[in-house]
Amino acid sequence: MTRHFLTAAILIGLIVALVVATEIIGVRLYTRIALNLCIGLILVLGLQVFMGNSGILSFAHIGFMGIGAYTTAVLTIPARMKGMALPDLYPFLVDVQISPYLGILIGGLMAATVAAAVSYPLMRLSDAAAVITSFALLMVLHTVMTNWSALTNGPRTLFGLPKATDLPMAAGVAILAVIAALAFKESRTGLLLRASRDDEVAAGAMGAHIPHLRWRAFVLSALFAGIGGALWGHFITSFSPRAFYLKETFVILGMLVIGGANTVTGAVIGAFIVTAAFETLRAVEGALNRAQIFSEQVVGLTEVVLAMAMIAVLSLRPGGLFSTREIGTLLLRRARQREDKE
Amino acid sequence: MTAFIQFVIDVLSLGGAYALMALGLVIVYGILKLVNFAYGELIMVAGYTMYLVSGSGLPWLVMAMVAVMMSILAGIATDYIAFRPVRAKSVTAVLITSFAFSTLLQNAALLFISPRPRNVPLPEVFSNTVEFAGVITPARNLITIATAVVMLTLFAWLMQRTVLGIAMRAAATNFTMARMLGVPANLIISSAFAISGLMAGVVSMLWIGRIGAVVPGIGLEPLLIAFIATVIGGMRSLQGAVLGGFLLAFIDTGLNYTLPQDLLKFRDAFTFSLVILILLWRPQGLLKGPATGQRT
Repeated sequence: MTRHFLTAAILIGLIVALVVATEIIGVRLYTRIALNLCIGLILVLGLQVFMGNSGILSFAHIGFMGIGAYTTAVLTIPARMKGMALPDLYPFLVDVQISPYLGILIGGLMAATVAAAVSYPLMRLSDAAAVITSFALLMVLHTVMTNWSALTNGPRTLFGLPKATDLPMAAGVAILAVIAALAFKESRTGLLLRASRDDEVAAGAMGAHIPHLRWRAFVLSALFAGIGGALWGHFITSFSPRAFYLKETFVILGMLVIGGANTVTGAVIGAFIVTAAFETLRAVEGALNRAQIFSEQVVGLTEVVLAMAMIAVLSLRPGGLFSTREIGTLLLRRARQREDKE
Repeated sequence: MTAFIQFVIDVLSLGGAYALMALGLVIVYGILKLVNFAYGELIMVAGYTMYLVSGSGLPWLVMAMVAVMMSILAGIATDYIAFRPVRAKSVTAVLITSFAFSTLLQNAALLFISPRPRNVPLPEVFSNTVEFAGVITPARNLITIATAVVMLTLFAWLMQRTVLGIAMRAAATNFTMARMLGVPANLIISSAFAISGLMAGVVSMLWIGRIGAVVPGIGLEPLLIAFIATVIGGMRSLQGAVLGGFLLAFIDTGLNYTLPQDLLKFRDAFTFSLVILILLWRPQGLLKGPATGQRT
């Protein structure tokens, strides 16, 4: 961890600068975007913890985000609203009403518990088989969320969550996520896992219990995703299962891949770049729609551009913008090289 | 007895479509050992081509052939845009580029055509019903069965008897060795994508015949079906893909006939859990296929 002090400082500085700038400008739209960015950061860092260290692509994380959001929803929607929001709720849950902060924590823990329970056997798989099972897991989670009406109000929108997430809080959690991701990367588990990513056979031969290592990373990243989802739930206050599906998976993956999956810096920078591009394009889309230049609504422009950017980045730099070294390491290296020249 | 015949026709027609979907996916996977997430969008491309040429007044069969051609071209484009630039670099990168390409095509349809369903022309026979051994069934079910038989025969002949087919099977078994013996890698891979597009185009005609309209998200369900079928049958075996398709149709139709209404909506969760279980129990699927060679 000590070797990453500079990286941590720079990344945390970025997040703090974002919050301060937004608070000074004080426009509600920007606050909203910054908050979305912070939640996106938590999710991307969660995905990075698993994908970056184990080298296995996972589609399931948005599903765990959904688990976090629905868990806190069931626990925190005010009792008098529950009759309307969740008409078929099990009787013993109807009177439960806890503080949103506790709900967010439990949401994260619930996601981690579900991940811990279902994922252990899946961690034995690598390559394409692992990807297909994680895709299947996303489908299973989505189907359950769409159809377990008693807890999720089915495919319909669930409303009535108390608004509790504000920008400093989301930014605080994002900063914790940065620190946790860096710490995990340098921990014993993280190191062994990265060894297995680079050479599965050699790491196994040296005694690394690969499925177990992957499982730890997966559970930790599900915890991130659950907390991120719960925070998002208390920010947006109403959502449906469609919010936790392929489109969102694509955005989160795009952030991580463009930035570079192997580094925490990549995850953070990717989230910043993609959010900036996304919001700009969305503004363009909105302006086009308001000006009514085209007879029909313009939809999908944002995704088209993001998809092209992903393909371009991967063709030119398969590892993303920061493919192997954290930003702190890069800067120190450059400084040392300059010294050597002088 | 009539219920039994009804069941058999349902399974065979659904299974025929599923088997073609699975074959289109597995032909690429067999050679590259990579999943093509943009496969479902080939079906969408064929559907939208039908919509775009529907005003031309051509006979349906000609329009269908144009649509299948377009989906073949889209298949080859997938290779050039999403696979070739990153193929040699990293497995994860290819999976992500193909996922990105799928999103690209889907949202291009949203952007340039419309998010709303678009009607596609159907020949009249598709909506007729016929009586067969005392069972009344839509004619398109029988058409699906017939098409599947023709396509599967054609495919088997291609793979067994032609130089291209033999080269493709060689590449699927041991890619490096095949290249050393003079099999041109890029040509073989592009041909696999073209065949994948052909399957997708034909399936698209049958699949859209059930619905009569095309939407940007139409490719997801066929993609998922192809996934499940290939995983059940065997990711590297062509016969396995066909077997998986029919087996999945049997399971789906069986569950439709037997499951109570309030459990039926969880059917997809059941089938996907089945996929996970099969991958854990037999990671290679029911049929094993040739021994793995090195990926390029």
